[in-house]
Amino acid sequence: MSWVTRFLTSSLGKKFVMSLTGLFLILFLVVHLAGNLKLLPAFAHDPADAPGMAFNEYAHFMTTFPPIKVISYGLYLFILIHAVQGWILWRQNATARGSIGYAVKNLRAVNTNARIAAGMGWLGTIIFVFIVLHLYQFWLQMKLGNLPMTDYGAGPIKDLYYIVAETYRNPVFVIIYAASMVVIGFHLWHGFQSAFQTLGLNHKKYTPAIQFVGKMYAVVVPLGFALIPILMYLQSLNA
Amino acid sequence: MKITLKVWRQKDAQSKGRFETYTLNNINEHMSFLEMFDVLNEELIQKKQEPVAFEHDCREGICGTCNMVINGQPHGPMRGTTTCQLHMRHFKDGDTIVVEPFRARSFPIIKDLVVDRSAFDRIIQAGGFISVNTGQAVDANAIPIPKEVAEAAFSAAACIGCGACVAACPNASAMLFVSAKAAHLNQLPQGKVEAKRRVQAMVKQMDAEGFGNCSNVTACEAECPKEISVVNIARLNREYFSSVVGSETVV
Repeated sequence: MSWVTRFLTSSLGKKFVMSLTGLFLILFLVVHLAGNLKLLPAFAHDPADAPGMAFNEYAHFMTTFPPIKVISYGLYLFILIHAVQGWILWRQNATARGSIGYAVKNLRAVNTNARIAAGMGWLGTIIFVFIVLHLYQFWLQMKLGNLPMTDYGAGPIKDLYYIVAETYRNPVFVIIYAASMVVIGFHLWHGFQSAFQTLGLNHKKYTPAIQFVGKMYAVVVPLGFALIPILMYLQSLNA
Repeated sequence: MKITLKVWRQKDAQSKGRFETYTLNNINEHMSFLEMFDVLNEELIQKKQEPVAFEHDCREGICGTCNMVINGQPHGPMRGTTTCQLHMRHFKDGDTIVVEPFRARSFPIIKDLVVDRSAFDRIIQAGGFISVNTGQAVDANAIPIPKEVAEAAFSAAACIGCGACVAACPNASAMLFVSAKAAHLNQLPQGKVEAKRRVQAMVKQMDAEGFGNCSNVTACEAECPKEISVVNIARLNREYFSSVVGSETVV
């Protein structure tokens, strides 16, 4: 076995991959949230613009600009690696306990929430199911072109805003979305600081800051995501 | 004090175990948890029953053998305390206490509450040592070591190798133990020389023993009777990565 293979299959190597892909996904969420905010009229370039114009132009740019396309393939790959590796680790960790577990469970932790930390496998699985639904609802429809076209004067582009607005007219999807954001928040609550610990970045001077930023991130970013469909739903009631 | 004990009884590694309930009516609150077991075993012997097998040696919190999971917590509810140093005054009269052995695939049960922790010995044999081929011990002050380094190494060296970290970890990971042993040796000049080889060898053996992967739950630190910090785990992580990726050392 070469040293690379041995590294990547060692327990620390597997966690190394989890933390790097996790940190990439954390960065991605910020970009994704910035894009999603364009769904709201408050973030339009000009209040007089047609609804969703800023979002559709942004979606058009993101799906046609070559460097972004390359990064998007990396993103799909990293989501898959993070999920598959996560399941492998989850399985191995369950096996390591042995066939008989404890009759009384009493989990304590230091500087993190023990239940969340121990439940990362379940949380991750729920998030994966959400991502599949999310990709089916928007990404796949965009790729297959199952959506109307619109024109803002620079040629016809896909009207992704239309299907997003249609989807979040339905309160069921709004609830599923918001609930998934809560799960992502929990996942990030542990995952953010855990990624740094796994990389070996535990430092008296910086760790308190990392933990603070991580907890803020875990609350603010999922909350930002969840508010968008809720606001769109309320908008649809007024329309 | 009146105490009801639910103790895991298992004849040997092959047998199926089960909980047995025992009631002790005359427990003194100043007794240690192990002394309570001594009382139980004397009663069992008088009744011509098999006493409960449990490990113990020093009974002063430094040998790391008195391993049991008490109400779901390795070494019981008190922080920074081994079972032998845990006193009955921390329980209430009439309490029911559930006592189980450490549960990990890499720590097979030998009998009742006694588990085989030789996996730890094999990890130490893989790299938890320094190769000093000299005669006399050198003068303690001949090698200057900064106080912070000495303290960090010493707090890692406080690990008694009991295995509570493995027992507490939902993943049965041995990272706190391995990282403490590595941090103890790697920070000091005598151990630094072999640090690159040591971390790779110890991690390799840890994985081979079938311990789980660390997911930073930190239950290990919370339950460690010597309060070893997960800071050592981060240190092992970065030393391992720098050894595997950044050095020519291959183990």
